[in-house]
Amino acid sequence: MKKLLAGPVPWLTPMLVLIFGVVLWPVFEMIRTSTLEISGSGKEKGFVGLENYRELFENSNLAGAFARTIFWVVVVVVITMLLSLFLAQLLNTEFPGRRYVRWALIVPWASSLIMTATSFRWMLDGYYGILNRVLLDLGLIDDAVEWLGSASTSFPWLIVVAIFVSLPFTTFVMIAGLQTIPGDLYEAARVDGARPVKTYFSITLPLLVTSISVATVINLINVFNQFPIIWVMTGGGPGYDTDTTTTLMYKLAFRSQEIGQSAALSVLNFAVILIFVYIYLRATGFTKQKQD
Amino acid sequence: MKLAKKTSLAVTGFFVAAIFLIPYIRMLITALTPANEVFEIPANYLPTSFDFSNFFTVWDSGPVARYILNTVIIAGAATLVVLIVAVPAAYYLARFRFKGRGLVLLLVLATQMFAPTSMVIGIYREFVALGLVNTYLALILVNAAFNLAFSVWILTGFFSGIPEEIEEAAMLDGCSRFNVLRRITLPLALPGLLTAIIFTFIAAWNEFVIALTLTSSPDVRPLTVGITGFIGLYETQWHYIFAVSLVAIIPVVILFISIEKWLVSGLTAGSIK
Repeated sequence: MKKLLAGPVPWLTPMLVLIFGVVLWPVFEMIRTSTLEISGSGKEKGFVGLENYRELFENSNLAGAFARTIFWVVVVVVITMLLSLFLAQLLNTEFPGRRYVRWALIVPWASSLIMTATSFRWMLDGYYGILNRVLLDLGLIDDAVEWLGSASTSFPWLIVVAIFVSLPFTTFVMIAGLQTIPGDLYEAARVDGARPVKTYFSITLPLLVTSISVATVINLINVFNQFPIIWVMTGGGPGYDTDTTTTLMYKLAFRSQEIGQSAALSVLNFAVILIFVYIYLRATGFTKQKQD
Repeated sequence: MKLAKKTSLAVTGFFVAAIFLIPYIRMLITALTPANEVFEIPANYLPTSFDFSNFFTVWDSGPVARYILNTVIIAGAATLVVLIVAVPAAYYLARFRFKGRGLVLLLVLATQMFAPTSMVIGIYREFVALGLVNTYLALILVNAAFNLAFSVWILTGFFSGIPEEIEEAAMLDGCSRFNVLRRITLPLALPGLLTAIIFTFIAAWNEFVIALTLTSSPDVRPLTVGITGFIGLYETQWHYIFAVSLVAIIPVVILFISIEKWLVSGLTAGSIK
């Protein structure tokens, strides 16, 4: 018994089994599926090489979803980062009631995305939604607007909601970053007569670089993978007008029964994630550290 | 001057808090709206009277209680699996340097970055092949596997922070490594354990994509998927949807607040102290 507990095997095996069985096997299965012809009912009909990829590239919905995904990820992540820098600065300063503001910020983070998105869908409802009532009362619109009825208004709202749910996590990462900056640095800057703006750009921002890069990459991955918000608010519709490559991948498999094409798109999406993960490992210095 | 600054900060803070609470305040107002006032055009800011009965009648409007029970079972079991798997692994990673340690850490980090959404096709095909579609087991395993990394990171950090001398003293007294872990190290790492438990539980509690894909009947379907079924083309019962949503949201928000301190270091894999 003593000998058995000595090596890494008994301590690490359960974890490795779970990782290999449930995380890595699906990766393999996904790649394999992308090279198979699969019937609508899920029967394998043999190896077809890159045929699924060819069909995917001929899919008329792919180009739009691809362009939209880039726009979606860039806009959501950039605005989230900028707003979170402001929020973190605010919440890192002492003021009465600060603790409760932090708690309020945790609510969207802890809540189910499905439920948050459902509430937004309800508030944006063209007939019964509170947003139209507010805008009508303020005189900003003359007639009720069906916000989620077409992509030109629904996609911007999807972006707003995605930023809304990304802000809490990002802000807390930034607060953690701000707290690592030694107070005497600010004291020295003050003694030297540096103005607050100069202090921010020459002390605060440079020392936040790690936090900013880590939060940026985690957000890139999360926003790229975002599914519940789009699914609940527009379902990627009308048609395919608000789909990203993530929701398109899902619809291909589970709405159009194009499992092969869907697997091909999954592999491409997954390759994008791998690039982000590599950047993350570089940003955290993981690849440089001595791990053993 | 100082007072003016504090006041303006507090006012800004109040507005920030209000903005982040908007969807949940609207949820609460709708959940308290009498059924015959939900569909007013244009919407009213508040109902004529608050109606608490929605919180009682909602249980008869569908298999809501079943959905919640399923969520509790799946999230509870996934949390248990994560603990059983992550505690020994994190302990070993914290205490020993061995060949391949870097690779193991890399693998753990990768599972944190690979969201199940991006590989849902692979997961679906795997569980079809295993004959586990529409079972608790499938959802428990997926939730456990994809939330494992957070617990491993958090616990490794906590175990590393406990001085080895304490353990060595106990081992000199004849305690086995396993007993040392159980009697001395785990109790000292209690905040880390609680953080791991709460985080995993909430992540599984809120999971949607895999549950949407792997469940086909209300018997195993969790609440997140269940309530999307209530949203239809006509006469969606919003007051019920939001009554249930609040029941699901309030406890996890309180739990989440309780582990706020440790969340960031776990989610950024210890890259920010």
